[in-house]
Amino acid sequence: MTTLVLLTATGLGLAALYFLVASGLSLIFGLMDVLNFAHGAFVSIGGYVGWTVADHLSGTFGLVGSLLAGIAAGAAIAAATELAIIRPLYGRPLDQVLATVGLGLAIPALLQAIWGADSRTWLVPGWLAGTVDVAGAHVPTVRFLLIGIAVALLLALRLLFGRTRAGLIVRAGVEDREMVTALGIDVRRANSAVFALGGAAAGLAGVLYGLYQGSVSPGDGTSLLIFAFVVVVLGGAGSITGTAVAAIAVGLVQQYADYASASLGDESVVILLAAVLLLRRRNLQGRPA
Amino acid sequence: MSLLEIADLRVSLGGSAILHGVTFDVAASGVTALLGRNGVGKTTTAKAILGLYASAGSVRFDGRELIGLPTYAVARLGIGYVPEDRGVFSALSVAENMRLAEPRDRATAAYDYVYELFPVLEQRAAQPAGTLSGGEQQMLAIGRILLRPNRLLVVDEPTKGLSPKVASEVAHALKEVARTVPILLIEQNLGVVRTMAGRSVVLDTGRVAHRGETRELLANPLLTNQLLGVSTANGVSS
Repeated sequence: MTTLVLLTATGLGLAALYFLVASGLSLIFGLMDVLNFAHGAFVSIGGYVGWTVADHLSGTFGLVGSLLAGIAAGAAIAAATELAIIRPLYGRPLDQVLATVGLGLAIPALLQAIWGADSRTWLVPGWLAGTVDVAGAHVPTVRFLLIGIAVALLLALRLLFGRTRAGLIVRAGVEDREMVTALGIDVRRANSAVFALGGAAAGLAGVLYGLYQGSVSPGDGTSLLIFAFVVVVLGGAGSITGTAVAAIAVGLVQQYADYASASLGDESVVILLAAVLLLRRRNLQGRPA
Repeated sequence: MSLLEIADLRVSLGGSAILHGVTFDVAASGVTALLGRNGVGKTTTAKAILGLYASAGSVRFDGRELIGLPTYAVARLGIGYVPEDRGVFSALSVAENMRLAEPRDRATAAYDYVYELFPVLEQRAAQPAGTLSGGEQQMLAIGRILLRPNRLLVVDEPTKGLSPKVASEVAHALKEVARTVPILLIEQNLGVVRTMAGRSVVLDTGRVAHRGETRELLANPLLTNQLLGVSTANGVSS
């Protein structure tokens, strides 16, 4: 029982990270048809900026500062990327892929040049370093922080998309961008906002991944990005709730399979993806293939 | 007097020329029909006016050149568009579809007008647009655009796929709208065209093949057969 609780808590913690990374990726692809391969690099930047803040400010104050700094760094780099690289390449999907792949390789290399290839240890506040007893299992406290923040983001995004005009524009744009512009709405502003929002979530994920692992390294974002892409495909591009459900499925399946056999974790995610695609027969945007 | 002047409009899609220099005017009042067989370039013309397709030539709206303007800027000049596939956002509710279209200075009178024309939109406000019938979706597509301060409506095949009764309701509503806003109407149903459009432009393989009074066109069986592929020997075809 304790093993099951521990595996579930760890799976949900991973799911929270996948959701944070995949939600931005999903919205960007759903609204703009841009497959952003640099999204993982935004995670890494958020992680390193957050770690730098935490390294200078200790305790809870440092934790809050690192979370805010990670969010700001992710949003800033994403907004700059959209403005300087994506916007001139609208309507040229292959060029967008090449450009974002290049950026996705360049940023980790830059981080490595600045901070080195070795991972940097992240010292978390004392209250976050312990465990919480759940049905006899000692679940690391940081897992609950991850899950809590992911749930808060999910609720905030649902409020944003359900209750505001900006959210309405994004939801409509995911479905039919052309028609939104024909209603007199400048979708480019929504694109920029969604890119920045996705970057903010990625930056936040970078900080939380650092807390989860107790360290940061240049390749963190890239390793998360692979699973985030799987989550986007499973959840349907542009669907926040679908992304959340898919993230939970991937996180739990990965953890349970990992327990069964150490080499099965990642493979199980690929099997899950193949099974769902075969049964559902939908494409990346959730439309019939 | 012309509100929209299209001159030598050329559009190529995927390397193929679709419009080869289309030239016609849309009057500042009433309904102008844009007719032609399937695939002659009617929808392409509509999308080029809206800036949804890159084009060459000239499209002047009340003296202002539209070519080169982004679609949202064309729409903000007062050109409302109801596309062939209706363009309703199926995951959004009826109310949300309408909220998206309303201008910043939302006018209650505009909602009253739309609900008077299409009462079903008020009754189904909370329903997802994707669950509406085809006719109701068409009413939403038209009603939604009427919330905006339009100076011209471009309406593409509004009765396509609708039952005769619903098609008649939609045509009746558009006739009502045309009292205040000129309409460029793309339509295959000649019965609807005959009752609505004073003037007609007929396209054939990406060029204007005929321009003139609708009743004269429809009274000429030889011309309608040649240009539209239908017989109007008894004066009406639908």
